[in-house]
Amino acid sequence: MPAFNAPPLPSDDKRWKIVNGTMRKNGFARHALIETLHTVQSSFGYLDDEAIRFVALSLHVPLSQAYGVVTFYHYFSLKPPGKHTMTICTGTACFIKGTDKLLAAAEKRLGIPQGQTTRDGKISLTTARCVGACGRAPVVLTDGEVHGLMTGDEMLAQLERWAVE
Amino acid sequence: MTIEELDQIAKSVRAESAKYDYEINVCMGTGCLSQHSDKLKEALATAVAAQGKRVLVRRTGCMGLCAAGPLVLADPDEILYQHVNESHAEAVVASLGSEPIAALQCELREHFDQQVHVVLENSGHIDPERIDDYISHDGYRGLLMALTDMTPNGVIHQVTESGLRGRGGGGYPTGLKWSTVAKASGDRKYVICNGDEGDPGAFMDRSVLESDPQRVIEGMAIAAYAVGASKGYIYVRAEYPLAVSRLTTCLRDARRRGLLGNNIGNTPFNFDIEIRLGAGAFVCGEETALIASIEGRRGSPRPRPPYPAVSGLWGKPTLINNVETFANIAPIIRKGGRWFAGIGSERSKGTKVFALTGKITHTGLVEVPMGIKLKEIIEVIGGGVPDGHKFKAVQTGGPSGGCLPAEMLDIGVSYDALIKVGSIMGSGGMIVMDDTSCMVNVARYFIEFCMTESCGKCIPCRAGTAQMHTLLTRICSGSGTMDDLDLLIELCDTVKSASLCGLGQTAPNPVLSTLRYFKDEYIEHIQHKRCPAGVCNMQPVAEVLA
Repeated sequence: MPAFNAPPLPSDDKRWKIVNGTMRKNGFARHALIETLHTVQSSFGYLDDEAIRFVALSLHVPLSQAYGVVTFYHYFSLKPPGKHTMTICTGTACFIKGTDKLLAAAEKRLGIPQGQTTRDGKISLTTARCVGACGRAPVVLTDGEVHGLMTGDEMLAQLERWAVE
Repeated sequence: MTIEELDQIAKSVRAESAKYDYEINVCMGTGCLSQHSDKLKEALATAVAAQGKRVLVRRTGCMGLCAAGPLVLADPDEILYQHVNESHAEAVVASLGSEPIAALQCELREHFDQQVHVVLENSGHIDPERIDDYISHDGYRGLLMALTDMTPNGVIHQVTESGLRGRGGGGYPTGLKWSTVAKASGDRKYVICNGDEGDPGAFMDRSVLESDPQRVIEGMAIAAYAVGASKGYIYVRAEYPLAVSRLTTCLRDARRRGLLGNNIGNTPFNFDIEIRLGAGAFVCGEETALIASIEGRRGSPRPRPPYPAVSGLWGKPTLINNVETFANIAPIIRKGGRWFAGIGSERSKGTKVFALTGKITHTGLVEVPMGIKLKEIIEVIGGGVPDGHKFKAVQTGGPSGGCLPAEMLDIGVSYDALIKVGSIMGSGGMIVMDDTSCMVNVARYFIEFCMTESCGKCIPCRAGTAQMHTLLTRICSGSGTMDDLDLLIELCDTVKSASLCGLGQTAPNPVLSTLRYFKDEYIEHIQHKRCPAGVCNMQPVAEVLA
């Protein structure tokens, strides 16, 4: 192993140790960038500047390249998610079954476009490019849980429950 | 591990199940899980304990008919129940050995009888997370046969003889690809399984990875032996958490059983597999982009040649096949290439798994022999269009494919036949549309998809899809002109012929095929400002006019 000075962990937060673990498992190799970013996102919920800088420095990847990777892939988010997340599938099968209407209704109810979080930080509205449950289209994910054959009323009722929590 | 030891394991699994009088298989694929089939399984187990019957309640993978989920299969009588929930658990257990519950029974002979299961032979019959279940269904026999009785060339010969073609959509002959990698010189070679199922509306790979992951691992190991690789990667979408967790378990179990790792089958063959998570980029289904992504970079494709078979992952010879391609390998080795070549049509051998969705009665996963007529898939297996609506089009191949009208339903499903009529086989998405779908809007949907997913490296794709989207939006909003239509056709040609990778080269297909078969709808939008299906909002949008 070449001599290597890993940057210090950004804080005492235990989650950084999990992130470090992923990098160690991959021998701090550059190709572990995407794997590590996945670990950061699953531990923290999103990727902030501090996290990207820490990972890039640890893996000897230029900051520009790390940022380029983060912004290239849809799965990575630079903003913290709300307390709850409503994800509407926009795959072809769901599109044919009318999720565009579901999305419009959700946007209207929350007063935000897709990809954003309500001002009180309670609900994020996102879309997914097919979650592979096409047999049950239209599909909506509430906090990651798949719900098939979704109706507009059902979806709005869920948003209502979250809003009054 | 030797073949004799596999037989021992299979024997003990059979001895174990002989202790039970009945088996209840509960589908726990993503479709049925979303309807709480996990709780149903618990309820069934509780009911079994309460009634004191000797029943094995087993978690299985997808049974195919997602529309009727949660599904439960009661063996040995092979009674399939649909829409089962927790409240039915006691009745289902009580009915074992006596009359089946008529109200829950799923009697769809025509749905299942037309299907031929090769890839899905174990789906719905084994517990995907128990390697012994897989072994008891002839699992890993193909790998050990290859390692002990066949040379790498012998394996490639069988695959070539089978006539298997790439199931990711391109249809490149698998045997030829393998022999190119085998012949390439290099001390290190890689095998990659492409599980980046980006086509929206398709879920074959997810289902195979969730229902029978060991089959894919075995296929990869056989491929590695044939081409001389010692390391493999499975690239799976992060959007498929269940598939990832099942794969992780299965890789660990395969290592424990000595079916991955060093000296597999007491031979000098070493092979291991790592999982790499995709991060949501459609273009990563393209092989050079996928390689870039595994290397931790942005998923931008590069020009070929050199092909990955010569210079792939980290510049080494690399074999990339789709999940379904690998899933076909073990049976080919076990039963011989000639057996496989006996299924299917003249130039497309074997079976194909399709994800049948959209406006169709029996949505779900079907596996049919190549050459079967589209009409049979849609009307007999799929049960036709529901709610008295009229069939309008079937879309195959996702954003790279096309929409076929009712007149084309008589063609047999094969790589060449579909290309001839302006679509492609694709990875296996099959979306049925009825008279409530506007074909111009569908074309716009796909172009919007390609526009967002374009990696931006080459201009024809990056700028071309954006311009096409603008034109289609204009037509959809009632402000399009006939000149726009001509421009659109011209752009299709440019994007198709000048783009770098498959994404751009095939992006115009949905537009071209709808123009070919549904031109009247475009003209109706332009000349009469009317959307025949009543989908498009014909109000000229200010920003489009600007």
